[in-house]
Formats: sequence, structure tokens, C-alpha cells
Amino acid sequence: MANSILSDAVLVNNYIAGDENSLAVLINRHQSRIYRHIYSKISDRDVSDDIFQETFFKVIQTIKSKKYYNEEGKFLSWVLRIASNLVIDKFRNDKKMPLKRDTEEYSVFSSIKDTSLDVESKLIKNQVDTDLKLLIEKLPAEQKEVVMLRFYSEMSFKEIADITGVSVNTTLGRMRYAMANMRKLIEKNKIYLPA
Amino acid sequence: MAKLYSKNLSQKKMLPKKETILLILQYSSALSIVKIGNFNINLIAN
Repeated sequence: MANSILSDAVLVNNYIAGDENSLAVLINRHQSRIYRHIYSKISDRDVSDDIFQETFFKVIQTIKSKKYYNEEGKFLSWVLRIASNLVIDKFRNDKKMPLKRDTEEYSVFSSIKDTSLDVESKLIKNQVDTDLKLLIEKLPAEQKEVVMLRFYSEMSFKEIADITGVSVNTTLGRMRYAMANMRKLIEKNKIYLPA
Repeated sequence: MAKLYSKNLSQKKMLPKKETILLILQYSSALSIVKIGNFNINLIAN
């Protein structure tokens, strides 16, 4: 059977069994979708290529270390999630080390200041992050998935709908229920979340 | 009269560079992962 008509799950199994060509088919099949996903957030061809490459390095490492759960229809959404996380990491690193050049109108020294949080603010932030993660963990699986993709992977509702295989309305509904459930949990457990 | 055509940029296929794909495939061929106890060791063949 030609590789091009095999499902993703079969190709992943063949790849695990040592067929390197299956990876080439998977990349060829999904490269456009994955690359556009990255480029839509980065808008830079070279950086998008780097992230695309890094994404597949992670894919290869995970599959070869037998940590990948091979379920039908999940390969693309899994790869997109890895790409999204790498995009977020890239933004975080850029924020930590923004590239600024000295010009006649602008001196780099005019904007340099210590914006890091003090110890108390850091402790509060860590506590809030931990509380939020615990709250999210308590949500039903499909609501948790929407919240994670929306806030941690910064995906649009349309992208989440595509990945989870439901309509945008269902995704919005799940988010609404998730927010309502989290509010109830906050009230019930008397959790204080400063802005 | 000549018709004016405009390129629909949204339909233009966005693809990674061929070199990027080649590098990924070479990395995949070269990488083997050995599990020893709780550790995974990545071996990259030259």
C-alpha cells in the first residue's frame, strides 16, 4: 500500500518500527498546516523554520523514546501543541532579552530598568499560579483542555475547535462552563486571587 | 481588453525550506535513544 494513503497512526507505528520514510510522509502531509500555524504567530520565515525544525526534533525524540501515545487522529494536534509551546517559549525568551538598537533619537539606556518582581510579589505570583493550576486540574477533561489551549498555548477558539474536533460553539460553551466551575471552586474553597 | 489578475496571497502555500526538512530527516536517521534504568540516552551517529 502506498505510504501516502496510510493513516497518521499507521505511519507513526511504521516509524517506531524503523521505517524512516514514514516520517518523511508525515512531514510532507502536515508541513503546510504546521508551518502556517507557526508563521501566523511569528511572521518571520527564518524563525518559523527554526521553530518548525525544533518541533520535529521534539516529535522525533518523544516517539523514539516511546513516550508517544499513538491514537488515531491525534498526531497533528499533538504536533501543533508542541509548536505552540515552542512559540510561547520564543516570546518569553524575547521578552527576557529584547533586541534594542541605539539610534540618534533613541538611547538604549533610556529604557533599561529593573522590571523583575520583588521577592514578595514573586511568592504571591507563584502561589496564584499554583492555585490556578490546581483549579484547572479539577475541571472535567474537555473543559480543562480548552482552558489549557486558550491560556497556556494562546490559541484562538477556532484553532482549539480544529484541534479538539468540535465546533467553535462547543469550544466556547466549554470555556464558559470552565469559567463558571472555576468561580464556584474559588468561592467554595475561599481562594483569594489578586489581579 | 486585458484582464487584470491579482495573486491571492492567502492561498499561497507556506512551506518550510527544503534544507529544514532535510535536516530533520537526517537528525531522525542519526538519532537513537537507549534507555538505561530511568534514563534515556540520546545517541547521534555521525
